[in-house]
Amino acid sequence: MLAFILTRLGQSVLVMLAVSLISFIMFRYVGDPVASLVSQEASIADQEQLRERLGLNDPFYEQFFRFVWNAIQGNFGISYRLQTPVAELIMSRLPATIELAMTSALIALVFGIVLGVFTALNRKNPFAAGIMAFSLIGVSLPTFLIGIGLIYVFAVELQWLPSFGRGAVVDLGWWRTGFLTETGLRSIILPAITLSLFQLTLIMRLVRAEMLEVLRQDYIKFARARGLSKRAINFSHALKNTLVPVITIAGLQLGSIITGALITETVFQWPGIGSLFLSSVAVVDVPVMAAYLIFVGFVFVIINLIVDILYYVVDPRLRIGGTAKGH
Amino acid sequence: MRISLKAIVAGLMATSMIAGAANAETLRWARQSDALTLDPHSQNQGVTHTFNHHIYETLLDRDVEGTLQPRLATDWYVKEGDDTVWVFELREGVTFHGGEEFTADDVVFSIERAKSANSNMRQLHADVESATAVDDYTVEIQMAGPSPLYPNNVTNTFIMDRGWSEENDLIEVQDFAAGEENFAVRNTNGTGPYILTERDPDVRSVLTVNEDWWGEAPQVTEIIYTPIADNATRIAALLSGEVDLVQDVPVQDIDRLAGTQGIKVETGPENRTIYFGYAMDDEPLISSNITDENPFANPLVREAMDLVVDRDAIRQVVMRGQSIPTCVNMPPFVDGWTEELSACPAVDVERANELMAEAGYPDGFSVTLDTPNDRYVNDEAISQAVVGMLGQIGIDVTLASRPVAQHSPLILENQTDFYLLGWGVPTFDSAYIFNDLVHTKTDEYGTYNIGLYSNPEVDAMIEELGVMTDLEARAGVVADIWEQVQEDRVFLTIHVQELAYAMSDDLTLAVHPENQPNMTSVVIE
Repeated sequence: MLAFILTRLGQSVLVMLAVSLISFIMFRYVGDPVASLVSQEASIADQEQLRERLGLNDPFYEQFFRFVWNAIQGNFGISYRLQTPVAELIMSRLPATIELAMTSALIALVFGIVLGVFTALNRKNPFAAGIMAFSLIGVSLPTFLIGIGLIYVFAVELQWLPSFGRGAVVDLGWWRTGFLTETGLRSIILPAITLSLFQLTLIMRLVRAEMLEVLRQDYIKFARARGLSKRAINFSHALKNTLVPVITIAGLQLGSIITGALITETVFQWPGIGSLFLSSVAVVDVPVMAAYLIFVGFVFVIINLIVDILYYVVDPRLRIGGTAKGH
Repeated sequence: MRISLKAIVAGLMATSMIAGAANAETLRWARQSDALTLDPHSQNQGVTHTFNHHIYETLLDRDVEGTLQPRLATDWYVKEGDDTVWVFELREGVTFHGGEEFTADDVVFSIERAKSANSNMRQLHADVESATAVDDYTVEIQMAGPSPLYPNNVTNTFIMDRGWSEENDLIEVQDFAAGEENFAVRNTNGTGPYILTERDPDVRSVLTVNEDWWGEAPQVTEIIYTPIADNATRIAALLSGEVDLVQDVPVQDIDRLAGTQGIKVETGPENRTIYFGYAMDDEPLISSNITDENPFANPLVREAMDLVVDRDAIRQVVMRGQSIPTCVNMPPFVDGWTEELSACPAVDVERANELMAEAGYPDGFSVTLDTPNDRYVNDEAISQAVVGMLGQIGIDVTLASRPVAQHSPLILENQTDFYLLGWGVPTFDSAYIFNDLVHTKTDEYGTYNIGLYSNPEVDAMIEELGVMTDLEARAGVVADIWEQVQEDRVFLTIHVQELAYAMSDDLTLAVHPENQPNMTSVVIE
């Protein structure tokens, strides 16, 4: 068990190093940060001087090692755009993203499972068919279009909900939450729905397919033959067995919800790390972009590590088959 | 007599304050991006300046017509007997938000800070040798030589309090390389009409009226400033009544907004031209099928291009009427602008084709056009239109479109044959255009002379402009330079772009040519 976890940890460190290298290379060469730091009329000599002082003229490996060493210490430098420390900037934006991601995950899970079960049990019902057709929208429409559509209907036409921002927040010292104010709660509805729609339809379709599969199994027929109530069969026998793949997918999708919040955050001017990243890209704010990529890499590595360890705990077959063979 | 006058003034001030308090008005203002920093000398960038103008003040500023106005300086003139010294007489009785009195020493400090190594404003004060406080309300600025237009350069240089700055270790401007945050990035102490009461970068800032401000009490007593990056969301926020004023309105939304009840749109020209430039040196082009010479170096080719680009069509189709076609590379606000210079030739494809044949390119040639796609109003669409127009005379243009963050370094390294660029003129003087765009590229001049145009006679005239004191003679030289620039067709100028502000219809706010509106000028009905 320990050897397995250590190997996985070692692999995670390698992945993180690779992510740092990629983010470093990509951003070092996508544009000239100096051009966005200086004014329109700064002379070439001034620009060269700034480049020298920022260390952009040092050899590649020297810049990279300085970058990794600082990153390990949690120091990502100063944002070129906002002139504040990057680590602090990301920490101040993180609560907004996490609250949004968790709310959407919850919406996706609850509605996804309920609708999935409903459509599986009532295949001939026109309402269920309607839901299935509607779910195609969630899978195929791009997020920004859904977001703008919702804004148009609920903010501009009906004026029920705010079109942008996070509303009033309460500062708990280490976490700024929007859950404790009315405007905060109203503000999260539209972005959370927008962000959850894809996951919701995915989970719904998965639950429906799994459920139909399970309902065909012999033990369900047998349960029916035993005269168990419909409710007992559907919920305690069938649903329970469909949930294993659903939980796996939902867990893995959590990472993509956090990172996929990028577009939703921009459309709703949600002050999370996704919108921070996009505004940083526009001006080639290298320190923020690099820190964001590393953060995203870190989220995925951690989630995968946890999932791997859980598999190991849950599935006894892995224990026999040797340590690092995966699943 | 004196006492009664004071009493009247005090009485007037009291009534205006009561009136102000009675009409407490909050203005919710949205635009595309946030101020980058609150440090007044760290960034020379429009959005940042616009925000800071509400908190800090400058010696002079510009009204919506672009003319200089007194602000913290009440009078300014060249010192008698020494044309290398500018004298600024300062407003008395002004205090900073922290209660410190505003004096000449603060101006000296601020100009020195703006001139310091890490300041982005230093270029504007490059000719300043020293600033001295003659008395509490007079500052003398010693220039390296006669600098008749120096006052144009102080309209965005904000005045900080020396005591407060020294106390908070602000003598130096933010140094990116040092990796430390400067106190002034998030804290302010200005003399301006509003006091910063809340600041969450990229999210929301709140400004409350400064009751002790020296000027006439503004109608707007509180400003809530929210950047909204997405165009559609920003417009939706205005339509749903969540904001009152939107800057950076996309041209395609102007008609719809103007037709919406309860909303009005103000438009006006920005102090910026949009133009195309081309490589003008003798080196062959990088991207052309003509590999032994540079077709753009041939004046006939440039004339043909000028004849075939239909500026009116670009105005109607691409800009939906929101531009002023012009054929000289300066906005109408700039000293030296004349109607004759800005007049465009009639489109004449036939003649243009003859010129191409005469130049030795009857079958045209191919070239790549580099264009930014996120910097100016419809920049990429303008380039696309021009690609089609140049196709009529056989110039086969491939469009390479990039975000400005990649476009800028490319053109600054002269790695382009043909490019689109916009140029604003913050000093409102032709010399600003000549120095950076026309003069031969050297360390000091021609930073944006991407096409490497070089004419020693013009260079000499441009350098002469910097030290001329006789304004009439100077205007003559400016006209001579423009004549040469137009004759050589250094630029293929397209238009002056227009700005639009959309607002709730009980507000009035005129468009500012530098896109730096001040909320003190908002009139509420």
